[in-house]
Amino acid sequence: MNSRLPFFFLLFVLIAVGLGSIYYRYAQTGVPLTPGQRIDVWQVEAQIEFQGLGEPVTVTLNLPGDSQFELLEEFTASPAYGVNIARDEQQSKVVWSKREVTGPQTLYYKGSYKEALNPTSDIAPALVNNATPTLLIEPYASSAKAVLAQATSQSGNQETLVEQVVQLINSDNQNVAMLLSRYSRTRTFTLLMEQANIPVKSVRGLQLEDERRNQSLIPMVKVYADKEWRLLNLSRVVLDEENPLMIWLEEQPFLLDVVGGEDSSIRFAISKFRTSAVSEANKVARQNAWGFGLYSLPIAEQNLFRSILLLPIGALVVVFLRILVGVRCSGTFMPILIATAFIQTELLNGLLGFTLVVAAGLVIRSYLSHLNLLMVSRISAVVIVVIGIIIAFTVFAFRMGLTEALTITFFPMVIMAWTIERMSILWEEEGAREVLVQGMGSLFIAIVAYLLMDNQLVRHWAFNFLGVHVLIMAAILMMGQYTGYRLLELRRFKPLA
Amino acid sequence: MLKRLSNKLANPRVLRARGVMGMNQRNLSYIARYNDRRLYPNVDNKLRTKEIALEEGISVPDLLGQVVYQHDVEAVFDLLPESGRFCIKPASGSGGKGILVVVDKSQDGFKKASGAYVQERDIVRHVSNILAGLFSLGGDADVAMVESLIEFDPVFNGYSHEGVPDIRIIVFKGYPVMAMLRLATHASDGKANLHQGAVGVGLDICSGKAVAAVQFNQPIHSHPDTGRDLSQIAIENWPSLMHLAARCYEVSGLGYLGVDLVLDKQRGPLVLELNARPGLAIQIANQHGMLPRLKQIEALQLRRPPLVDQRIEWVLEQWSS
Repeated sequence: MNSRLPFFFLLFVLIAVGLGSIYYRYAQTGVPLTPGQRIDVWQVEAQIEFQGLGEPVTVTLNLPGDSQFELLEEFTASPAYGVNIARDEQQSKVVWSKREVTGPQTLYYKGSYKEALNPTSDIAPALVNNATPTLLIEPYASSAKAVLAQATSQSGNQETLVEQVVQLINSDNQNVAMLLSRYSRTRTFTLLMEQANIPVKSVRGLQLEDERRNQSLIPMVKVYADKEWRLLNLSRVVLDEENPLMIWLEEQPFLLDVVGGEDSSIRFAISKFRTSAVSEANKVARQNAWGFGLYSLPIAEQNLFRSILLLPIGALVVVFLRILVGVRCSGTFMPILIATAFIQTELLNGLLGFTLVVAAGLVIRSYLSHLNLLMVSRISAVVIVVIGIIIAFTVFAFRMGLTEALTITFFPMVIMAWTIERMSILWEEEGAREVLVQGMGSLFIAIVAYLLMDNQLVRHWAFNFLGVHVLIMAAILMMGQYTGYRLLELRRFKPLA
Repeated sequence: MLKRLSNKLANPRVLRARGVMGMNQRNLSYIARYNDRRLYPNVDNKLRTKEIALEEGISVPDLLGQVVYQHDVEAVFDLLPESGRFCIKPASGSGGKGILVVVDKSQDGFKKASGAYVQERDIVRHVSNILAGLFSLGGDADVAMVESLIEFDPVFNGYSHEGVPDIRIIVFKGYPVMAMLRLATHASDGKANLHQGAVGVGLDICSGKAVAAVQFNQPIHSHPDTGRDLSQIAIENWPSLMHLAARCYEVSGLGYLGVDLVLDKQRGPLVLELNARPGLAIQIANQHGMLPRLKQIEALQLRRPPLVDQRIEWVLEQWSS
């Protein structure tokens, strides 16, 4: 048993690699487990306008770094500007620049985002964050003190204190009114939090809603209470709970910076569309080094691999049916080739066409055998005869208006010719019964393989989770070690038990 | 439903307990383990088998000649004996494929064992097919060999309908393990292949006496064509057959071997061919699984390889009923 240890180790490795890669594709890349799944993609378009002053201009637009969203793709549109999109861990921005600009200018940035699978939570604030609260001048300082004193007296801990402050800002408290006369509601809140030594930051978010134009960012605050950052909306803008909110600015001091221009403005347009989850997942995967996948290939090669990757499924069926069930067929992998032809022709057409061609071929082959030909030329002759039969059937079917029969051309001619040759030899050597047994066996395996290979779920898995093939490999290796009885042997050996 | 199923299918546990070997186990645990691939040509090529068997002094059917090249196919008629009794085989054929047996020559042409007549051009075509590799294992080019026909021993008269009865002995590591007599029937068209309807008569490995018989997987008691009682069969001179089979182990070097023997009227037992992948039907013919005996031999621990006589002695000692 010692010598089998490496074998089991290999099996273990194969299974681990297979499962691991499937899990990675599913959980990290976001490839859905079932085909046809669709996800929402938000397309955000920022339109920047400004007046050029006839001098060099640099426009900087800070881009969102919200961990709740994943960037799928982005474009910029700008007449004759140099564009640079800079992305690093802290922030990302797009910079347009041009030597000389006069008159009204319009720049566009468009990004597609989807909701992230595994949002990373915000990190805890450094303690020094609010070490030096903004110094307030009178009378605002005392107003703030009074508000905080009231809030503190009505709360037990930091969390309730935050809630109390929010309530006070929304009430018609005199001291709050004093503060609001000078500061915005959001700024008032952050000032109060700073005074209370609670970590706080002001952020700006974009409400994502389908078919919205002329949107602007909404000022909001994030406050650190009870060991997590909470997002609060203190402005008068009413947020729609149904739609997600994207934090656009968090650490960056500004959204848009135009050097060398004036009257700049920025507007957002948002649209939502549903798209295939698989292709979006692969857009993300292409951006990182580990996201190997077939989607980076040209479409023609992808389609080629789509069908090639079905062959392991067919091989698995052949191995299973031959080793575990014991079905007899002619030619080890002939059934897989027939099954791939069935995929093109549909099952019923394929079965009918295959049987017709092979039957007609057998009749003609029996004539050829009287001609005393050498084997190679006889098989070649059969190949040509098969083509002739296929043409005849196709033309006949077309005249009859049976367009379904046209798909018969998908059968591999040489394989058909070999099948006919083998069957006819089998007929002469072992009789018609054996031809029927093996022919039916081959067709049975082909049908089972076809049903699996034509299944949408199987196709989806075979193409999108390459780990499946590693698992199939492990299963085939395991079956290769099976020494038990085949199912049909139980019938064969019935007289013995 | 389940009951009907269990009427048709054997319980694998019972089969296992009876020591019945399945195809997967044969392939993996015996053929792959004990038959060195290098040695396959010794048995897959019948010319080679004949050569090495003659070197070892084992009697085989006489080789009348061979046809190697396509342009020589007509020369096959120079090789044929006056008697018109001969057979043409592919040297690397498998499973009895491509064997043409001619028992007589007359004005109607060559009479096949089945009674049908073939003409010269049919024989030429058959030889061409053999040369092109139609019957060989991998479809490779092959050689056609012409052998004189065996004058089979009259002891089997009435037991075989057309065709030559042969005896298959499974030899494991040089020990004869199981034996069966294969009798052609009308249903098998003169061929000795069990799945085509030949009768398999299981023979007691120590005495050569019939223990059971099957046709189409079902136990029978008399020959379906001639009606003769199969249980009366007892091969004469059985020990010499055992010896012959056991020696084929040294000849071929294969650990798991099927030896096909025929009894010639004049020359006695001849080795017809050796088989590196002998089938499993022999278990049904014997109504007995093969595994216990194979395991018993595998468990033997010997300092040096035993001689043929010692192996036969051991078999007689162990398995005499």
